[in-house]
Amino acid sequence: MSEGADDRHLLVCQEVTVAFAGLRALNAVSLTLDRAEIVGLIGPNGAGKTTLVNAMSGFAQIDHGSIQLAGTEISALPPERRAQLGLARTFQHGRLFGDLSARENVELGAVAVGCSAREARRRTHALLEEIGLLALAASPASELSHGDQQRVSVARAVVAEPAVLLLDEPAAGLPAESLGDLSSLVQHARSARGTGIVVIDHNVEFVLGLSDRVVVLDHGEVLTEGSPAHVRNHAGVAAAYFGTIGTDEPGALRVPAP
Amino acid sequence: MTVVGYLVNAISLGALYALIAVSVGLVFGVLRQINLAQGEVITFGAYSLWLMRTLPTWLAIVLCFGVCIAASLLLQVAVFRPLRGASPLTTLIATFGVSYGLEALWLIVFGPSGNTVSMLTNLNLTVVGGTVALRWITLVEIGAAAVLLSGLLYLLFRSSLGMRMRATAEDLRAARLVGVRIGRVVTWAFVLSGASAAVVAVLATVQTPLVTPTFGLNLIIFALVGVVLGGLDHLGRATAGGFIVGFVNSLLGSVLPEQQLVYVTSLTFLFVVIVLMVRPAGLLAPRGANVERV
Repeated sequence: MSEGADDRHLLVCQEVTVAFAGLRALNAVSLTLDRAEIVGLIGPNGAGKTTLVNAMSGFAQIDHGSIQLAGTEISALPPERRAQLGLARTFQHGRLFGDLSARENVELGAVAVGCSAREARRRTHALLEEIGLLALAASPASELSHGDQQRVSVARAVVAEPAVLLLDEPAAGLPAESLGDLSSLVQHARSARGTGIVVIDHNVEFVLGLSDRVVVLDHGEVLTEGSPAHVRNHAGVAAAYFGTIGTDEPGALRVPAP
Repeated sequence: MTVVGYLVNAISLGALYALIAVSVGLVFGVLRQINLAQGEVITFGAYSLWLMRTLPTWLAIVLCFGVCIAASLLLQVAVFRPLRGASPLTTLIATFGVSYGLEALWLIVFGPSGNTVSMLTNLNLTVVGGTVALRWITLVEIGAAAVLLSGLLYLLFRSSLGMRMRATAEDLRAARLVGVRIGRVVTWAFVLSGASAAVVAVLATVQTPLVTPTFGLNLIIFALVGVVLGGLDHLGRATAGGFIVGFVNSLLGSVLPEQQLVYVTSLTFLFVVIVLMVRPAGLLAPRGANVERV
């Protein structure tokens, strides 16, 4: 524990730097997450959003800085230890185990972190019911539609009842009408268990609508952070988006140019 | 009756090779590494039966399981763990070296002429006489393989360990991020692989009581060919491939005239070559499967 003041935060990233072959994907990025808080992480392509989530979950090693989960330094721990300490994540493309059924994918999320088989089955049943996938529970995950795979992927992370949930593009490729289901699944995890959630998505409106606080990354650094309203009206955010990806990006920030 | 006899014998040899294929496939499944030294685990198990020949048979068999599982775990710790992250080719060659070294060791310790294990000799009595002798061990082999393979199926598809093993086999990094303790899963794969090798050691020793330094090697070569034939990256297909090679091999041995029995091995391999020319990803792999993974 480096600073006592950080004890009240659930997750603290301090000055996290990640470099790939000399190129700094993240440069001294700091971020905090509290219990029952939803933090949105936005920024243009290549801004370092996924790299930050990878660094937190143990998928990428950090070169400098610290990451603390409930006061415990986790940046040197292997990913499975972080998962057992209560940090769960989803992946950009679902990354389900295609040979396992939908039910097994979700169950695995619970048994892998030490849940008994009976308890895992109970939680899985409840979750699949909540997301309306009970009928498809026995299907191999590879045969589910993209949207169903995304929801199973979120369920697999939620079932572990994690302290921190990292959602990497949960809305990618989902039709607009199912975004509401996804939001309520995420909101429920927050309100029922006080899970702290970090969400990345290309659909900026979706992230702004879901988050309590938004952190904007650009070129591997924090551009600004604050309430969704603050970010919506921040001139630099729009510039970062328009400067790199243009206005045709679906869901890109609808902010008048400065 | 003759045809039935041929078929039962072929099923029996197929079952034995299927068990060896499983023992290689379990480790390959989770690590994507081929253990060429698996044959030596079988040889070690067979020699342990000879060393324990004065003990009651049941005790010798139980201890043989212990020996094979310990040998399998030793390979994990001494060879696979230090080579974690190395290319599959490196491990392949390393286990080849270990296999070669152990064969030399067997030669030094036990000599070249072989040691006879007279265990469960009653199983070599014929059930039905006639042109094709059907021995009890043939039936025991089929029964043992059926029990072991169904047990394994149950474990893989009904238990929490099986779920973790299948997830690891499919995507090791994702499994770790979900929280699966890979170390434990890998250890279990080696334990199960060692136990399968023990079953093979016992069955093969009863069937062929002369244990020589190349005892396991002769078995593993055919089983590996079967694994490649079936498709290395899928345990079920690899096992079925092992079965097919044993089945074809035994059937060829039955139908060829006696003076041409020397061609059995060549013809089996020819069969495999033709299959792989037509279906490079394996006989049983889905059409259009990715050849690179094999």
